[in-house]
Amino acid sequence: MQDLHKSYGAVEAVRGLTFNVEQGEVFGLLGPNGAGKTSTVEILEGMRTADSGHVRVCGLNPESSGNKFKQQIGAVLQSTALPDKVRVKEALDLFAQFYQERADTTALLERFQLTEKKNAFYKELSGGQKQRLALAMALVNNPRVVFLDEPTAGLDPQVRREIYDIIEELRRDKKTVLLTTHYIEEAERLCDRVAIVDHGKIIKTGTPRELKQSSGGMTRVEVRLARPAQETALRALEGVTDFRMIGDTYVLYASRAPQAIVSLVKHLEADSNELQSMEMYSPSLEDVFIELTGRRLRE
Amino acid sequence: MAGNAIANTLALVKVRIRLATRNKMFLFFSLLMPMIFLFLFVMIWGKSSPLKISYIFGGILTLTVMGGFWGLSVQLVTFREQGILRRFRLAPVGAGPMLASSIIANFVLVVPFIFIEMLVGRYVLHMASWGNVPVIFLLAMIGSATFSAFGLIVASVTNSMQETQIINQLIWMVFLFLSGATIPLSVFPSWIQHLTLFSPATYLATGFQSAMTHRATFPEILTDSVALTVGLLVAFEIARRIFRWEPEEKVSPRAKVWVVVALIPFIAFGAYEAIHGTLLNRVHSTMDFLDRSDAATPPNANSN
Repeated sequence: MQDLHKSYGAVEAVRGLTFNVEQGEVFGLLGPNGAGKTSTVEILEGMRTADSGHVRVCGLNPESSGNKFKQQIGAVLQSTALPDKVRVKEALDLFAQFYQERADTTALLERFQLTEKKNAFYKELSGGQKQRLALAMALVNNPRVVFLDEPTAGLDPQVRREIYDIIEELRRDKKTVLLTTHYIEEAERLCDRVAIVDHGKIIKTGTPRELKQSSGGMTRVEVRLARPAQETALRALEGVTDFRMIGDTYVLYASRAPQAIVSLVKHLEADSNELQSMEMYSPSLEDVFIELTGRRLRE
Repeated sequence: MAGNAIANTLALVKVRIRLATRNKMFLFFSLLMPMIFLFLFVMIWGKSSPLKISYIFGGILTLTVMGGFWGLSVQLVTFREQGILRRFRLAPVGAGPMLASSIIANFVLVVPFIFIEMLVGRYVLHMASWGNVPVIFLLAMIGSATFSAFGLIVASVTNSMQETQIINQLIWMVFLFLSGATIPLSVFPSWIQHLTLFSPATYLATGFQSAMTHRATFPEILTDSVALTVGLLVAFEIARRIFRWEPEEKVSPRAKVWVVVALIPFIAFGAYEAIHGTLLNRVHSTMDFLDRSDAATPPNANSN
């Protein structure tokens, strides 16, 4: 994909996106809501038309290659559904029918723990079961490339972990996967490479490890104080290498966290100020995002 | 490719039939509603004359067959609004099989309903005869496909369920009351009778009524069949062209122009009939035939 642009009226959703995904790679687009991830992935799926740019998936133009292209891909869309009264196995068999290459739908039900629910109506499934069915349907044609658009959004942590296991299985099977997410944990755990996207642009690309290293590998200490503190004083504390203010939270980046905390407590005592809360985080992609944009991913 | 399209269509037909039979509302509107109308009309107008019951039955068949117009438009809009269509869009299945499958499934479902209605009409209400069954079957097939295609066009030119319901109500009123299906055309002033010639429902209703009352043959309902068939072909192609998969995709101005094109066959047939008057002549001769039969038949006598 090269120099992709997509606007909706005056809103520029995608502004010159360029990236490529290697065969057998799990590639993640990580960014907040409204960053342009879904527009990008739907252009790649052939569901939307780009205003400009060059797109190829499996060597084909998604928009003009029609069914030849659709035979090659599988996808979980962010917003989709099936008829309420369609049964699980029925839906899987129907979609399998559309493809030249078909996976064994009984085996898919087994793999996605839906065998017991095979005769259940779609409307009777839980959110997690619906998502597992969506994943099974995405694999019904043994696709070369799988698009997963926010596959765990809105699911509870337990179900989310189940979906992670499935995606890890795809990774082991050497499927090429393009995943969009705004969950840091998801991108770190599942992706071989991640592109951090914001306001329709890629602001950094690399493996999760490379990205985290690029942020200096510092511990993030987030504190809330009883009274406002002086920015310059906090920045000058021993062990603190960087400082940011996000809302009413003071975010300190420390190369030596214990030392930074001791000096922070001493400073607050001297200033007659009080700690209201303190949280420490190991270096993560969230830090990379904050460093690059000054905002949190979920803002 | 054509083989794939046929296979995909048949797979979709199978699932659509299953979905419809699981839908209580569908069964209510497709079977019970026409049946309620049948008993109601017979009680009001057809009590003493088996031939009049046959005539009323022609109108009831029209309502049953036209039901696809309402059902399919609502179903397609629901599928679009719920994001169901966009899931199908990802698969190698085009608009053609999607639309054709809903039309075919609707016809397959209409046939047993017609059969049940005919049994009730013949054995419970003692209508005069079975009518010309092959002609009835032909009209049911073409009519259900034509009105289903109209429903699919409405679904593609409305942006929400609310809009669909309003447009459907307006069109349905015309189909219901200005076709002869519920009110005999002969009771209207001449100018309204001529106006009804531009409604597709008129061709279906007069066709069924002729087939039921005096067992009209294929040549006698040729105009009705041709008008409905041409209407079907044009409507299907337009429905396919203006089909929208995405909920947020709005109706294009081009789509509105296509809707006007869908009316052209019936404007043409309406103009032809207004000049030559064969259809209205048939309507009047059917009514004369009913009146003569009434005069000749003693009250409460059932003919075979």
